[in-house]
Parts: sequence; C-alpha cells; structure tokens
Amino acid sequence: MAFFEDLDIGQRREIGSYTFTAEAIKKFAAAFDPQRFHLDEEAGRNSLFGGLAASGWHVGSACMKLLVADGKRQAAEAIARGEKIAVWGPSPGFRDLRWIKPVLAGDTLHYATEIAAKRTSASRAEWGIVEARNTGTNQRGELAFSLLATAFVPRRSASS
Amino acid sequence: MTLYFEDFPPGRFGSFGPRHVTREEMLAFAAEFDPQPMHLDEEAAKRSMLQGLAGSGWHLCAVVMRMMFDFYIGDTASLGSPGVSELKWLAPFRPGDDLTLEVEVAEARASRSRPSTGIVTFRCIVRNASGQALCDMTSPIIVKRRVAETAG
Repeated sequence: MAFFEDLDIGQRREIGSYTFTAEAIKKFAAAFDPQRFHLDEEAGRNSLFGGLAASGWHVGSACMKLLVADGKRQAAEAIARGEKIAVWGPSPGFRDLRWIKPVLAGDTLHYATEIAAKRTSASRAEWGIVEARNTGTNQRGELAFSLLATAFVPRRSASS
Repeated sequence: MTLYFEDFPPGRFGSFGPRHVTREEMLAFAAEFDPQPMHLDEEAAKRSMLQGLAGSGWHLCAVVMRMMFDFYIGDTASLGSPGVSELKWLAPFRPGDDLTLEVEVAEARASRSRPSTGIVTFRCIVRNASGQALCDMTSPIIVKRRVAETAG
C-alpha cells in the first residue's frame, strides 16, 4: 500500500468487485443479522428492499475484504520493484456510511476508494491520518454504498 | 410483542449482554473479510499499533448488529437502516472479550415522506468486561408506527 506522502486528494482506485449470492447473503445474515428480509426470499420481496437483501454489514465487510486484497496486490508490486512497503495501521472509525440502494441476491458491487483528506498526526510523528470515500456501485451503475473511512497511514520519512 | 416507533422515546433504552466472542470466531471472520496480519497473526499483531491480536472492526460491527437483533431489533417493526452517522473504534477488541451493549435513543422523529413510519436514531456503546468502551456508534433505523399499523 502507499505511504502517506504518496497519497493525493482525489486519487481514486478501483479495488475489485464482490458478487452477493443468495447463499453468501443468508450465511452472513444467519450469523450476524437474522432479520427476515436478509434470510428469506419471500420476506425480502415483501419488504422495502423488494428481494432477498444483503445485510448492510455484509456490504461493508465485503468492501474491507477488497481493500485488504488490493493492499496486498500493491505490496507485492512494491516488493517486485524493490521498494519499501507501507503497512497501514488500524482505523479509528468512519462516518457518513450510507446504504443507498438495496443489494439483492445476484448483485455485483464494484468498489472504489478515493482519498478525501489527509493530515499529519500531532501525537504520532510516524503516522499520517487519511480519510477516504469508499463506494460500491452495482452492475447497473447505481451507487449502492458509500462511507467516509479514516485510517492511520505510515509516513515515508519516519520509516526510511 | 412487537415494538413500534412509539416504543422508542428519546433517552436511555437499556443494556444488553454479555456476549462472549471466541478467538476462533475472531480468526474466522478476519480470514474471510479482513485478513490483515494484526487480525490473524499473534507476532505481527504485537508489533502493530494494536499491541496484540485484535478482531476486525467490521467483525465487532457484525457482532453488535447481532446483539442489537437479539436485544430489540428482532422484536421491532424495523424496515431497515439508511446508514450509520458515525462509528468510532475506540480500543482493540480482544479474543475472549465479553461484550456488553448500552443503547440510548438519541432522536425519534416521524417520517415526512413515509407517514406510516418513523426514524429512530440509536447511540450504542460497546464495552468489554472491564468497562472499557470499544465502539461508539450512532445509527438511524426506520420503524413502523403503531397508529399506522392499527389503522390498517
């Protein structure tokens, strides 16, 4: 993944796609969010969602899965170029998460991340704090999911 | 008994738990959705900012969702949620943690666009057994109104 100094506001990356099969929707819902519209096709059709709908937490977790996979790809590329790799720190949280459109069985979301803001950390000189707008767009091109995530990103100067 | 919009006046709603989370559950979630070394590997986690193996924040969110379901959402005429206003991960979520959930109704208002429903905004704080806050979340859900229900 990138170092703090390498990130520019507005920089955007497509990070991959995830298909929400009925099986995956029900498996996640059975463990974590067993509301009927996430478990049963008929109940989903009769709900505001209009079909078997993925839990919003499943939609968010799939975004995390793709962010991690994308980070690993970037790290492998950096190693191949003989460069130092940046290991991102944990996230202190997010805000403005919106479940905009239902994600129904068979839908595929294409996720992307765009740098929204960056600042250095007052208390931790080796880290910067980055805000990124992460989004999921369905196969019809409709924005279905969006959140503004915060992460600790290592500074190049501190690690060299 | 089903809970409707009218059952959520602003103020303290209640506390729920504890819910025990095993190391195996934590590792299984991380392997599928958040396979970063700090969530999977003890040694890498020790060297990270989390200073020891810690669960994915998304796993904590999913467990909180399940606690909310078991506590009240499962018995609520809920139509789903439009999102999360803010969520803070305040301290690491550790293997074997016993989580408790404190729930407050921050705001309850009738929907203008859909008069048979209201929007209830919950603030939930998750704590470990020593009382340390791990997560603080503010999120609205759409709930049917009782009056609309009885009026048919």
